[in-house]
Amino acid sequence: MPDWPGHRAGQHLDVRLTAEDGYRAQRSYSIASSPQDPMLEITVERLEDGEVSPWLAGDAQAGDELELRGPIGGYFVWAPERGGPLLLIAGGSGLVPLMCIERLRRAAAPEIASTLLISARRPEDLIYAEELRAGSAVVTYTREQPAGWTGYARRVDRDMLAEVAPPAGGRPHCYVCGPTGFVEVVAEALVDLGHHRALIKTERFGATGG
Amino acid sequence: MADRLCEDSRVSPISRGFRRRESGGDDSRLPPGQHLVGGFPVLSAGPTPHTPLDQWTFSLDGMIDEPLRWSWDELRALPAEPIHCDIHCVTSWSKLDTEWEGVSVDTLLEGVETEAASITAWCDGGYTTNLPIEDVTDGKAWVAFTYDGRPLEPEHGGPARLLVPHLYLWKSAKWVRGITLRPDDEPGFWESLGYHPRGDPWQEQRYWGD
Amino acid sequence: MDETMLDGNAAAGDLQQLFAVEVTQMVGVCDGCGTSGPLAEVRTFALAPGLTLRCPACDAVLARLVHLPDRTLVELHGFRRLELLS
Repeated sequence: MPDWPGHRAGQHLDVRLTAEDGYRAQRSYSIASSPQDPMLEITVERLEDGEVSPWLAGDAQAGDELELRGPIGGYFVWAPERGGPLLLIAGGSGLVPLMCIERLRRAAAPEIASTLLISARRPEDLIYAEELRAGSAVVTYTREQPAGWTGYARRVDRDMLAEVAPPAGGRPHCYVCGPTGFVEVVAEALVDLGHHRALIKTERFGATGG
Repeated sequence: MADRLCEDSRVSPISRGFRRRESGGDDSRLPPGQHLVGGFPVLSAGPTPHTPLDQWTFSLDGMIDEPLRWSWDELRALPAEPIHCDIHCVTSWSKLDTEWEGVSVDTLLEGVETEAASITAWCDGGYTTNLPIEDVTDGKAWVAFTYDGRPLEPEHGGPARLLVPHLYLWKSAKWVRGITLRPDDEPGFWESLGYHPRGDPWQEQRYWGD
Repeated sequence: MDETMLDGNAAAGDLQQLFAVEVTQMVGVCDGCGTSGPLAEVRTFALAPGLTLRCPACDAVLARLVHLPDRTLVELHGFRRLELLS
């Protein structure tokens, strides 16, 4: 992609589509691909009544043009220099930037420990399911669970975090991403468990995918 | 990493096959640039206020001999009427045939002598909007507290909002608590930052200079 | 909880056009209550005729941004000041 300056794990970009009559629509998407990956990848959830996602996830073909702005963000980013351990907590599509961070860690600093806790509604809603199977991510399915599931089956709460998260004394870098309500509950629970606010970074997503 | 400062001087590529949402249905009832939506989008510039009804009041002040104030019970004791109308948001969505119930602003102004040319509606949370007085009198505006047969939901402006359906919906101020009668225009929350002082959707008065 | 409320990360794309330095890490001080913090953590209301940034402590309006067809209007007067790390 011409002019692309490269990105940091956790950043997002703004996508703008222009129709023939000049009509424009814009949405934000977190970058899924690791910064080391030569191909830029974003993950788009197709919303039934969406305006942009159906085009991106359905109509777009190789060679189609769209406009990008970015990469954007310097707060919700991680690079190996920042160190670890990492605590990555994702709600729904909030998994995208955290997967980017995890992919970078695996490729560039596998010696840094990471704990990945993911909340999804149903098994079919879990993004990157194949890739996650190879790792040790903890998943909680809040609405429907797979047959024979013995894992968590409720929304992330303080008790779950107490069981899953590394101890606050280890000063993990916490990244929490997902819907606003999810992020706020999780962030407060982490503070309650002793994690310092300065080590907790949050990014709230809306239904518009940004 | 800096954005391209001159991006708007370049022509945007057309995203092949992308188009705005279909307006569908009865186009003759849609002002220019609007499209129909199925749900009722929630737009807000701030968090949803929750004023308890026993603390809620509606005030009429400004260019008036004696400022007036109604408690919730007093407002509800005034004659109310059903309102059947189409609503048009400046962000381009419209809903036809919406059903409300409320007290006409004419009822609130009954017996009031004023030389006000303009009003400012002010609200819990700090939102304001200004309107020419002719646009809220003679059956054009209400303080509405019922939507679709049910008490108006907080996210849609409950317990009560201003309803001025012949103008863009940003004039129908949510969480309204009073009207100030003024000799001149005092640009409100959006009018002070680019939005049209009047906002007639049929003349597409969205922005300054339209 | 207002699920439609986001944070400063969502405003960054628009705000970045104003600043030569990365905005989400920039620290803002609320002129209403004096609370300070990174812009990434301000409350952002983006589903509206424009963008509104509010203080996470007191909800005062920090800044607003509106895209008109031919220009963008911004007002920042809810910030007592902004701090950029050098």
